[in-house]
Amino acid sequence: MTATAASPIILRTTGVSKMFGKFVALNNISAEFERGVITSIIGPNGAGKSTYFNLLSGAFRPTTGKVEFEGHDVTNVAQHRFAHLGIAKSFQITNIFPHLTVHENVRVGLQAFVSRYDIWRPRSTVPGLAERADELLALVGLKDRRARRARDLAHGEQRALEIGMALAADPRLLLLDEPTAGMSPEETRVMMDLIVRLASERTVILVEHKMKLVMGISRRVLVLHHGELLAQGTPAEVRQNEQVKRVYLGQREH
Amino acid sequence: MIDIAPTIATASSRSYSWFDLAKRHRVLLASIFVLIFPFVMPFTALAVNILIYGLYALGFNLLFGYLGLLSFGHAALFGTGAYLCGIAIVHFGLPWYAAIAIGVLSALAMATLIGSLAIRTRGIYFAMVTMALAQCVYYIFYQAVDWTGGENGLRGINVRAIDLFGFHFDFINPLVRYYVVASFVILAFFVLSRILASPFGAVIEAVRENEARARASGYNVVATRLITFILSGGFCGLAGSLAALHLSIVPIESLHYETSGMAVMMALLGGMGTFFGPFVGAAVFLLLENLVSLWTVHWQLFVGAVFVVCVLFFPEGIWGTILKRIKP
Ligand SMILES: Nc1ncnc2c1ncn2[C@@H]1O[C@H](COP(=O)(O)OP(=O)(O)O)[C@@H](O)[C@H]1O
Ligand SMILES: [Mg+2]
Repeated sequence: MTATAASPIILRTTGVSKMFGKFVALNNISAEFERGVITSIIGPNGAGKSTYFNLLSGAFRPTTGKVEFEGHDVTNVAQHRFAHLGIAKSFQITNIFPHLTVHENVRVGLQAFVSRYDIWRPRSTVPGLAERADELLALVGLKDRRARRARDLAHGEQRALEIGMALAADPRLLLLDEPTAGMSPEETRVMMDLIVRLASERTVILVEHKMKLVMGISRRVLVLHHGELLAQGTPAEVRQNEQVKRVYLGQREH
Repeated sequence: MIDIAPTIATASSRSYSWFDLAKRHRVLLASIFVLIFPFVMPFTALAVNILIYGLYALGFNLLFGYLGLLSFGHAALFGTGAYLCGIAIVHFGLPWYAAIAIGVLSALAMATLIGSLAIRTRGIYFAMVTMALAQCVYYIFYQAVDWTGGENGLRGINVRAIDLFGFHFDFINPLVRYYVVASFVILAFFVLSRILASPFGAVIEAVRENEARARASGYNVVATRLITFILSGGFCGLAGSLAALHLSIVPIESLHYETSGMAVMMALLGGMGTFFGPFVGAAVFLLLENLVSLWTVHWQLFVGAVFVVCVLFFPEGIWGTILKRIKP
């Protein structure tokens, strides 16, 4: 157990494919993800990034292939078990509990690891959760929003809240699908800073279609295109790759 | 100008705490209401009926209003509670309290069975599967004539007196009967309130709010649904048991899909997802039924019209709308 926990590879996919009917969304992807660093998955829209992300986070089962987390086969593990294994995520489209307060959103996230089926005690008596929720809100910069209803937050704040909820699992692996989607440049900068800070204590896998955004902070980059793994390597290697250049050609803003 | 903001803030936080206080003591307030209720009703038997169906709708609302799952088969839970309570008395001569316990336990068992089969479906499919399973239950009870009396219903559930802690209560006296039923309803208020305030209550909210997020947060959504369905069945089974004692007979209609639909209507009428709404819904429904049927046999048309108006213009239900208005 200690040997696997210390292993430099935290997550591995071996020949994973995903079909939607006859459509091949992902074709035979084998990749390893290094512990303790940020790895980014990039590619144009429709490349299959979210599909791959969903395989990594247990939301989809691959049509073929295997997913291993810390040496354990998690291919057929139920989605809700992932948080308990130490893998948490935020979705591409914001996923929060809209009518609950910001604080309660995070508190519920924390409660999953302490009390799930207790129907009798008042929830306020579960020790430590309210305080820990406040700490996490401070970490993601939402301390002064704690009593608001989550759906009343600005878009960027909701994205930060979702990351706060993912952190409730105290995950060793944090999966983020386009965390800056729909954000203003200023909000984007704040979010990227937060991600870098979080990555100092845990492994982060980041899905992004804006190449420029992740090149500076990633140790490794995977490039998906039409469901294929087009290239992988350090940001410098990927930037020099001819096929990658061709895919991103003309997309100046990236 | 500068002074205005703090004044408003103080006023609203003060009135908020008033609302909050009422919410915190909702069991007490609901209980007080139940205790004075028979004196504002035209006749006591109707008040007892409202209590029983209010409890039934309350149990249904745990699943429908709080978890967001529409069952069209809750008659099976109400009816199983009623029949098994009645059978315990008629065929086994058990005392009333044992019969109620058996009614509740068998409703829990029935909910476990139906829930396990239906819980993986969602939306309209869940409604259809629960309805189909409830029809199976109807058919089984209908056929088991020796035990259930078939289409004539189960007759002869005679409980004349309730002896408890040295006290003797005359169960024939309508007001005494009302307060016996009311004490179970108050107990149910208390239990429901505990469930809603518990950690599991938070899980119910989370699943209703966003299933995908609840799952990603580490909650087993299917298990949560099943447990809620079973808990809901417990309340409905208690309501059924009390109905059996109150009517001295279990009509086969207890298991009919109209009884399932009644829970849906009552919850919507009163306000789904509110603590007291199902009760208000049951009261309005049964009052309309009783009063309107005095002057026309087409009372169902009338109740239907009120229901449609309510759903169209007060989608939060009667109680839900009142709450929204008075909420600071
Ligand atoms: N649930 C689904 N059913 C059918 N097709 C899907 C589904 N999810 C994604 N796809 C298709 O798979 C391809 C990859 O989608 P996605 O992984 O979301 O791309 P990306 O995140 O890279 O933009 C797209 O062509 C998309 O239309
Ligand atoms: Mg995507």
